[in-house]
Amino acid sequence: MELSVNGSGVYAYTGVRPLDATQRTIVFVHGAANDHSVWAWQSRYFAHHGFNVLAVDLPGHGRSGGDALSSVEAIAEWIPALLDAAKVERAVLVGHSLGSLAALEASARHSARVERIALLGPAVPMTVSDDLLDAAGRNEHLALELINGWSFSAGRQLGGNAVPGMWMTGNSIRLMERTRPGVLATDLKACHGYANGLGAAAAVRCPVLAITGGRDIMAPPRNAQALIAALREPRVVALPNSGHAVMAEEPDAVLDALRAFI
Amino acid sequence: MAKPRTPHFDTLTLHAGAAPDPATGARATPIYQSASFVFPDGDHAAALFDMERPGHVYSRISNPTCAVLEERIAALEGGVGAIATASGQAAMHLAIVTLLSSGSHIVASRALYGGSHNLLDYTLPRFGIETTFVDGRDLDQWRAAIRPTTRLLFGETLGNPGLDVLDIPHVADIAHAHGVPLLVDSTFTTPFLMQPFAHGADLVFHSATKFLSGHGVVIGGVLVDSGRFDWNAPASRESFPTLTEPYRGFHDMVFSEESTTAAFLLRARREGVRDFGACMAPFTAFQILQGIETLPLRMARHVENTRKVVAFLASNAMVAGVAYPELADHPDHALAQKLLPNGCGAVFSFNLAGTRAQGRKFIETLKIFSHLANVGDAKSLVIHPASTTHFRMSAAELAKAGITEGTIRLSIGLENPDDLIEDLSRALHAAGKAA
Repeated sequence: MELSVNGSGVYAYTGVRPLDATQRTIVFVHGAANDHSVWAWQSRYFAHHGFNVLAVDLPGHGRSGGDALSSVEAIAEWIPALLDAAKVERAVLVGHSLGSLAALEASARHSARVERIALLGPAVPMTVSDDLLDAAGRNEHLALELINGWSFSAGRQLGGNAVPGMWMTGNSIRLMERTRPGVLATDLKACHGYANGLGAAAAVRCPVLAITGGRDIMAPPRNAQALIAALREPRVVALPNSGHAVMAEEPDAVLDALRAFI
Repeated sequence: MAKPRTPHFDTLTLHAGAAPDPATGARATPIYQSASFVFPDGDHAAALFDMERPGHVYSRISNPTCAVLEERIAALEGGVGAIATASGQAAMHLAIVTLLSSGSHIVASRALYGGSHNLLDYTLPRFGIETTFVDGRDLDQWRAAIRPTTRLLFGETLGNPGLDVLDIPHVADIAHAHGVPLLVDSTFTTPFLMQPFAHGADLVFHSATKFLSGHGVVIGGVLVDSGRFDWNAPASRESFPTLTEPYRGFHDMVFSEESTTAAFLLRARREGVRDFGACMAPFTAFQILQGIETLPLRMARHVENTRKVVAFLASNAMVAGVAYPELADHPDHALAQKLLPNGCGAVFSFNLAGTRAQGRKFIETLKIFSHLANVGDAKSLVIHPASTTHFRMSAAELAKAGITEGTIRLSIGLENPDDLIEDLSRALHAAGKAA
């Protein structure tokens, strides 16, 4: 569906279902240089099982207009505006990578609007290497290749996709290639510059699920430990064989974890 | 400086798409010879049917062995995914019917495999899809042939019978300027010699029967999506309603919303394979996978042997001409150097300086070359179009198709090149005496 948020057009995948005021709502927030389609399996499942789903394209991404938001805090402020535009009072936030930080910060800032949060591939701090920041700043294809290399476990670099016939890393890089110039650099700087992770974690009052990939190089699970420790009784699901792209590498396990949590 | 961790091509030919079997630890890809797959529970079954979970339901739609092949080819081509089909013809048909409907139009190079020409020129018009054939080397003809209803441009990486090299970068530019994709038949080159997506093509298909397999024991095809064409772009959105509008046949799914990069493959599998049913058998996929494991080794040898045979023929008095783009007198020599630096494949034609009867004598004298209608086998193959595939044609009609009474097509195999040259030398001598 098309929404207008802060004066800009925003696309949100709803599973081809209209929003129903009697149903709970889940907002899926993607990571750097991604769009709503990274949630294909999970978003469609919930949309067809009694939930309103808003799998958004963040501003400047995918089908949404506007400029990419330059900080995690800005995305956290944008989320309530999205809910306003969709006439939704409270929602479950499910975020991946950059989206997980945005969900965390939004929950801390706007507890009345956030029912619970699921953080996929989180890390605090979410440090981005200088090489990657530099390559992204120059809009080089190398940046996408580095992200792919660090986001998928070694086994998945070779294949074994649960989705019949699809080449996981090829699909990922082709999606990122569609990102407008400068957007990846903005996203990565937002991750790198986010300093309030532990503070936000301490302020969160709603239930939290964290899903980590044991072979995540982009946001290594050890970098999620301080965050998990700062949260109040989080539910943690560790996927030992997955890299950072948990929704792609372990679509069933991620869906099952979300179903049990939501 | 950090470097990407991308596996190399020859590693992908052995590993892409495959993993040790989780149930048994089998290292080779198992042949999942099963029509259907058990659902763990009712909810899971419903989720599989509704595309809420990935997995296999029924082997017409997808199969684990075929999926390994699909993933491997997609990796080798640099695409996002692929669909294995019953034949190369089925792959081409699947590409077309996924995008085009009655009233749509195709622009295609005239230099095509006969089967592709049959489908475009004789069969599809019966279903309201017309094709304009152009001289693939003439970019102005491509431009001029495009109509408001054009939805696809199509050519072969190396076109029959003169090995016309498709100028993919420029033809792709023309296609994209008109908001339509370029489909390429890459059978003769395989991803070892050229990856059409790297030059701008949007969709690729193969007859996997040929070099991908290499053994000549199966019929199969594969259709690959680059994932790069933006079906939802303003210039294309209304042209491809099969991808950009709700599909009543699958819960009103809008494929371009469902997947940003793989909308084409989604529709092709969820409608095309489901309804037309031209799927690949898992045993076929297994056999093609065995071939692909040695693709780099075989293709290098195919090209090496071909270069030696071409050099021999080009200097033989009984040969009026050899059509191989690595030769300086080939019209596409410069383009081939740019697009095919590692070789122009192992299928080519030459013209025997003689009559139709001499051509037949040449063929009948060969001992190592097998006289049959196929290419891309590990064994060397030969055919004389004027007395077989085109035997109903007059000399004038043959000329229009770029064939003379003395045209011989060879597919160079992996035998010792000295033995191939000796076989050809003897047959040329016999043909000369038959004058």
